[in-house]
Amino acid sequence: MDTAVVGQQCWQEDVFRVLKQHGVKHVVYVPDIPHSTTIREAEADKEISAVVLTTEEEGIGYLAGAWLGGDRGVLLMQSSGVGNCINALALQCCTRFPLLMVVAMRGDWAELNPWQTPMGRATEKALTLMNVMTWRADDPKDVEPLLHGAATMAFNGGHACALLLGQRLIGEKQ
Amino acid sequence: MSELMQYGSLDRREVVARLLSGRKKLLVVGGIGSASFDVMAAGDHDNNYYLWGAMGGAAMIGLGLATARPDYSVLVLTGDGDMLMGFGALATIAIRKPANLTVAVLDNGHFGQTGWQESHTGRGLALEQVARTCGFSWSDKITNLNGIDDLRERLHTRSGAKFATIKIRASTSPRVPPPRDGVYVKTRFRSSLGHYPI
Repeated sequence: MDTAVVGQQCWQEDVFRVLKQHGVKHVVYVPDIPHSTTIREAEADKEISAVVLTTEEEGIGYLAGAWLGGDRGVLLMQSSGVGNCINALALQCCTRFPLLMVVAMRGDWAELNPWQTPMGRATEKALTLMNVMTWRADDPKDVEPLLHGAATMAFNGGHACALLLGQRLIGEKQ
Repeated sequence: MSELMQYGSLDRREVVARLLSGRKKLLVVGGIGSASFDVMAAGDHDNNYYLWGAMGGAAMIGLGLATARPDYSVLVLTGDGDMLMGFGALATIAIRKPANLTVAVLDNGHFGQTGWQESHTGRGLALEQVARTCGFSWSDKITNLNGIDDLRERLHTRSGAKFATIKIRASTSPRVPPPRDGVYVKTRFRSSLGHYPI
């Protein structure tokens, strides 16, 4: 169930719209609440293959395969899942397929669960270490342009690009 | 290195060459290590995608490819070590039910590239039973060349996700390295399907 409140729905719908505008055909994910809208819309869209994963690194392989076949996709996950992806990101480094990721942050602001904090604090650094470009959205109005920019650089450049959805944007988990 | 133990009896090079002989509209993903060498040894091909890293990833690459290209048959050929590292992929593939995907594990029961330590399959785990439990539409253990001929025919059926454990000898074959340049292999593969460089 969404925890979105009035004023936040807008950015959640922006995510799916931008993905559609960029011709994304595959939405592969390990769920998190901030991705709920995107997941629901992807599952309902007959032109999109929505694939639930058992672990995030499955998504790296899947999207590499989809691109081999000519299709664009996106990987949705929580920041803790970035830790699971590190070695799999070698696949992107060595083959340079477009890899677009949207990461819902934990452990970066008003985190209620301290066990989320170690990986949350390391998420952006870990992505950077593995040659993934990152942008961070803490304001609802930034989601659309930043995701558009990340998708453009992924699909036109063969880069790995991640948009981080900050906890200031997502809202404090109670 | 000579044969370590009585495991499977099939020769991996013979198996892969036989499986790929006369291939048509078949896209092949070769898993990390010996499996990629086997695919290369059977003949380099524009529709081969070789892995040198990202262990555990071969089956999911196959799922993405099979989903994007339902007009082709997709075969993932990988080792037991790679399949074990990507164990969850069996669940993910099974629920997607890709009609054109076959995952074939060349199972020697060992981590052959890292010193021949015994793997889970060498200690009794039957991957074909795991795949069947997950929901693959067809799953079997192959111990002879008749089984390979049968599998080759099944690659082009559209009856759902298929899984085979191929029991091969735990012995070393000569290294036949495919290209290490992942960008080249990717671009060649895509070009052969009509997708030009970005």
